[in-house]
Amino acid sequence: MDGVESQIAEWRAYVAKAPAVNGRDVDELEAHLRDQIVELDAAGLAADEAFLVAVKRMGDLNTLSREFAREHSGRLWKQLVLSGEDEPAPPSGGWVEALVFALAAAVAIQVARLAAQFPEEEAGWLRNISLFVLPFLAGYFARRRQLDTRRWVLTIAPFVLVAVVVNLYPYRAGSATELLVALHLPVVLWFAVAYPYMGGTIRSRDRRMDFVRFTGEWFIYYVLIALGGGVLMALTGAILEPTGAVSVERIVEWVLPSGAAGAVIVAAWLVESKQRVVENMAPVLTMLFTPLFAVMLAGAAVVYALTDLGGAFDRELLGVFDVLLVVVLGLVLYGMSARDPSMSPGWMDRFQLVAVVGALVLDAMVLGAMVARIGQLGFTPNRTVALGLNLVLLVNLAGAAWLAVRFLRGRVAFHRLERWQTSYLPVFALWAATVVAALPPLFAFN
Amino acid sequence: MHIDKDLVAASSTPLVLSILAEGESYGYAILKRVRELSDGELHWTDGMLYPLLHRLSRLGYVTTEWRTPPEGRRRRYYAITDDGRAALAEQQRQWVTVARALGDVWRGSGGLLTALGEA
Repeated sequence: MDGVESQIAEWRAYVAKAPAVNGRDVDELEAHLRDQIVELDAAGLAADEAFLVAVKRMGDLNTLSREFAREHSGRLWKQLVLSGEDEPAPPSGGWVEALVFALAAAVAIQVARLAAQFPEEEAGWLRNISLFVLPFLAGYFARRRQLDTRRWVLTIAPFVLVAVVVNLYPYRAGSATELLVALHLPVVLWFAVAYPYMGGTIRSRDRRMDFVRFTGEWFIYYVLIALGGGVLMALTGAILEPTGAVSVERIVEWVLPSGAAGAVIVAAWLVESKQRVVENMAPVLTMLFTPLFAVMLAGAAVVYALTDLGGAFDRELLGVFDVLLVVVLGLVLYGMSARDPSMSPGWMDRFQLVAVVGALVLDAMVLGAMVARIGQLGFTPNRTVALGLNLVLLVNLAGAAWLAVRFLRGRVAFHRLERWQTSYLPVFALWAATVVAALPPLFAFN
Repeated sequence: MHIDKDLVAASSTPLVLSILAEGESYGYAILKRVRELSDGELHWTDGMLYPLLHRLSRLGYVTTEWRTPPEGRRRRYYAITDDGRAALAEQQRQWVTVARALGDVWRGSGGLLTALGEA
């Protein structure tokens, strides 16, 4: 049997090379192969013949690994890695295409800046920034996914609509709603990018999850690029300033907008083509920060419960808690995408639940105190938005916590947690769109 | 007889769920049972069963566990869940409807069946 043992080992090593097949799958396939060999042996075949027949019955390995990849697309993070006959891989990583779109975005923002004479005169330019960048990202994906004409139109329509709405509203000078619109516009447009990203199939839950992953990875890459870019700009300034030829302000004025705009596309391209780098990073970040957040939030909840809540809250606190909930939601989503859905509940899931429940308890306390006082203070745009966002996030996290408890008890599959998040995505889009389109008229553009 | 590959693919989920409804099992044994049930007519490429099982597991239709039985080697066992039984019941309704429709129309055109029988 020694010959067969080494043949099995070779076969095993070969199967393990497929990116979507992990060690435990190979174990399972090997157990199957051995069962088959034993049975064929018993039927009177010689050991090496039995091995050959068993391998043949297992099927063509390329087809098999593609089938695994289709089921475990989360392990590959993308359908793009699937180089099968029905899904061609993009040629040469498409970096030229990415570069063209990045340059276009960089130029567009510069032209817009000069036209608005920023920073001498600010006016409405700042609230439009994302409108000069994200259409290029949408265009990049529309081209990459080879959308047909109807879908191109559907990709462009939201951008036009939003541009009209945002710029026709007569904001009063220094109005709060204008600032809120400026903050929510990128979120609305990001969801508009989701349409071409998903190739128009916005109902597909798997594609939605891909988009969530894409968002998380894009964020990591963007932060890394921003850090590197910041160092580069600071050094350039420090080196050139003594010559008196250029000032730091000039460099920042010219390089920062274009660099930041171009980096949006470049980061997207990196996510698309260099999956493996971030694939290793997201789990590490989650492993590192989930327990830390769990400890911090549990501790803070205890402190809040023990101290007197009455006068301690000022109006800014709700904003802080919105940020906290966004961060916790980010942790949940990162944890979700870093996780192998077929694994049974583990320690990380428990830590995550502690973090979510801690945040919920804290938020419920703050919210209770706020709602009681908002009646006396009245609704301002800022307060309305902070409260609304808080509720939207609270419902999401409460649902996630409830499902996580049921998952830890073995009542539901992990799949249900993913489904909750992907079904909830339109709520976020709707909320951001409401703030951009409905809030300013409601508060008379103040 | 060669069974069309789309038909094989469509019947694979209800077949696997039905086999698991008889009791928990592992990959190799499930395949043997499929062959037994179809008198060897239904041909699956062995490896393809596993992505299917993993999909059922992700959907929460089956639970899985690695175990080493007293006599034998370590294997991954699959057991059907309540969700899985519900999905199977739904599939059953669909297949019964399709089978009834085909049966009715074929009984109606007796000439065709005779012709096929003689061929």
